[in-house]
Amino acid sequence: MSGPSDYQPSNPALQWIERRLPIFGLIHSSFVAYPTPRNLNYWWTFGAILSFMLGVQILTGVILAMHYTPNADLAFKSVELIVRDVNYGWLLRNMHAVGASMFFVAVYVHMFRGLYYGSYKEPREVLWILGVIIYLLMMATGFMGYVLPWGQMSFWGATVITNLFSAIPYVGESIVTLLWGGYSVGNPTLNRFFSLHYLLPFVIAGVVVLHVWALHVAGQNNPDGVEPKTEKDTVPFTPHATIKDMFGVACFMLLYAWFIFYMPNYLGDADNYIPANPGVTPPHIVPEWYYLPFYAILRSIPNKLAGVIAMFGAIIILAFLPWLDSARTKSSKYRPLAKQFFWIFVVVCILLGYLGAQPPEGIYVIAGRVLTVCYFAYFLIVLPLLARIEKPRPVPNSISDAVLAKTGSRSTPMVSTAIALALAGSLFAGSIDSAKASEGSDTPPANKWSFSGPFGKFDRGALQRGLKVYKEVCANCHGLSYVAFRNLAEAGGPGYSVAQAAAFASEYKVKDGPNDAGDMFERPGRPADYFPSPFPNEQAARAANGGAAPPDLSLITKARSYKRGFPWFVFDFFTQYQEQGPDYVAAVLQGYEEKAPEGVTIPEGSYYNKYFPGHAIKMPKPLSDGQVTFDDGAPATVAQYAKDVTTFLMWTAEPHMEARKRLGFQVFVFLIIFAGLMYFTKKKVWADSH
Amino acid sequence: MNPDASTIAAGAPIEVDLSPIAEGQDIKVFWRGKPIYISHRTKKQIDEARAVNVASLPDPQSDEARVKSGHEQWLVVIGICTHLGCIPIAHEGSYDGFFCPCHGSQYDSSGRIRQGPAPANLPVPPYQFVSDTKIQIG
Repeated sequence: MSGPSDYQPSNPALQWIERRLPIFGLIHSSFVAYPTPRNLNYWWTFGAILSFMLGVQILTGVILAMHYTPNADLAFKSVELIVRDVNYGWLLRNMHAVGASMFFVAVYVHMFRGLYYGSYKEPREVLWILGVIIYLLMMATGFMGYVLPWGQMSFWGATVITNLFSAIPYVGESIVTLLWGGYSVGNPTLNRFFSLHYLLPFVIAGVVVLHVWALHVAGQNNPDGVEPKTEKDTVPFTPHATIKDMFGVACFMLLYAWFIFYMPNYLGDADNYIPANPGVTPPHIVPEWYYLPFYAILRSIPNKLAGVIAMFGAIIILAFLPWLDSARTKSSKYRPLAKQFFWIFVVVCILLGYLGAQPPEGIYVIAGRVLTVCYFAYFLIVLPLLARIEKPRPVPNSISDAVLAKTGSRSTPMVSTAIALALAGSLFAGSIDSAKASEGSDTPPANKWSFSGPFGKFDRGALQRGLKVYKEVCANCHGLSYVAFRNLAEAGGPGYSVAQAAAFASEYKVKDGPNDAGDMFERPGRPADYFPSPFPNEQAARAANGGAAPPDLSLITKARSYKRGFPWFVFDFFTQYQEQGPDYVAAVLQGYEEKAPEGVTIPEGSYYNKYFPGHAIKMPKPLSDGQVTFDDGAPATVAQYAKDVTTFLMWTAEPHMEARKRLGFQVFVFLIIFAGLMYFTKKKVWADSH
Repeated sequence: MNPDASTIAAGAPIEVDLSPIAEGQDIKVFWRGKPIYISHRTKKQIDEARAVNVASLPDPQSDEARVKSGHEQWLVVIGICTHLGCIPIAHEGSYDGFFCPCHGSQYDSSGRIRQGPAPANLPVPPYQFVSDTKIQIG
């Protein structure tokens, strides 16, 4: 894309095509011979990483769409069936859901890179604005994609976000109706979101082509911010940049795979494993993490319209960056003040993200307002002012000079960053204390589970005992509607044989029909049947249980969680702790107390439970010692029952967990070797260029 | 992209029998996919709603204008927070009315916004009394 190519293919067939459509010349000049500055650092590999992520998202998305049903009554179930029944469906779904987060991780690094090195400055303004457009499209696509599983957070996220448009004067309500296709978020909304979610990635791909085109016309920026002048300043894209990008992508894939195989739900919300219910609002509606800073800005402004304007303004302002920052020096490397303010701005964004996930009360609201002001001040006051008052250090004459100089002074300690981080730390500490004080229920104790950790496996005995506890106790009120009898004989499950599963199924009566006479009839269960639910519908369940319908247990260990809070959620990333759900379920089963402690009143028909949020639970104490007899001699105690049935319910929530962790290990071995090979190849290729 | 004919047809008026709702209780019915709260207010709730200085409210509206005269005990409102569309919880908050768990808006026993980020009162849907114990919404 940088002028006519002198590339001449040697193969006659390629020559024939090339004379009619010079596509190989285009590829050659754009991705092979293209001169790339020789001083690029690894922050520049994120462009390739983003292209890779877009490809992954489109590929997995197209396959997922073959199995997904965009209907309000079926969407949630179809996603569960993808995970349970489609070959490697769990992998596709994890790749796609985690991939969205990784896409945003990469785009944020890419954007901050551009910000730090002044990549938006002349002559790259259009390139930068195209990037902002891609980012906006990504946000729209990500939001609509999150709606598709039709869980509680999907539904309520869609409600909150579409309602943002109602703040627009005069036309707001009509816009919202257009988005909904009805009087509220419902089936028509889901259908149009699915359609747009399928369309937008291709629009993104189109704008990415323009983005790359603009990049190859203006040329890449570089850490020193001086344009290449001679041939000595550049190296050919292939092999230099290609191999470096490959290494970058391989390292990024390690992070990606960590989430896919070991903590696929870390970045999600437990509430999204509860099917959408228009009649119940989750206590905290939280968007996906990548929208949190903007959500915090929205909430920190007490006026609805102003809040919406501020939120969109926070994104749109990026497009004006080339004119807000008029400093001649591009790279912050040579701008001592701009560098410090840049890091403060990064901290501001992270803190805004943290606040976006907190309940809008007390200190969080005040902090949110302060940080919102900081956010806008960076663009509207700091950058324009710095351009006028800052004295930049001299920039090198050329890129090759900069590479040769390569002074050891990589980074001087940044005092302001330290101060900002300290401030942030104290704010966190303060907010945890207040959060702890306001939380009413005890934190469930952490158990030791056989299935935790990177090599965790289900304890077969516990699964079989848990099934027995479910069948004899829980099944009286709770359904298990996503689990089929055939699953009992599948690998990674309780370890029954196919014949045993069939025999187990035949003990159940399953409703079938209509027969030739048009009547429904009952027949013994078959392996393909699903566990029958104890109540014909939710209303019947509600009526029989004092107004509180017993939830289906298929997904309960993934649909329940408790707040880990800072800094635990950071440690959890490294320790792979993700058993909040099982810990909570086991704790609730054992958390009953005869008498509520003083000062706690429990309404009529409810029971006191130490771990249940609000403490008043409608379910009477379900388990007592000696209630179920185990054949394998395991103790007949409540603690044992709770542990076994929770293990069983973890399996029902994720029947392919063992396959996930096993494949994860193989992928990690491969990726580490691959990244190592790429690294040494890169070293070899770059040996003469540094 | 506007609502299709079947969606509009499904949004036809509905009738609700009020006789089973005891004083101090409320029910939630769905109309056009939106939750409608029907509250049988107590004397205390009505008095509280009427004692407020209307001019001091963020969205000034008298309680009389929000209920049907002769049926002051019945409050019928669309249970969708005017901030960002969550469903407020009845009988919570400091004003004997509704509390929205999403962003902390509080409504009084007349469904008027008293505190929090919501800009307007809970809207009153179009409805009329067909008899003393039955209303038609829509």
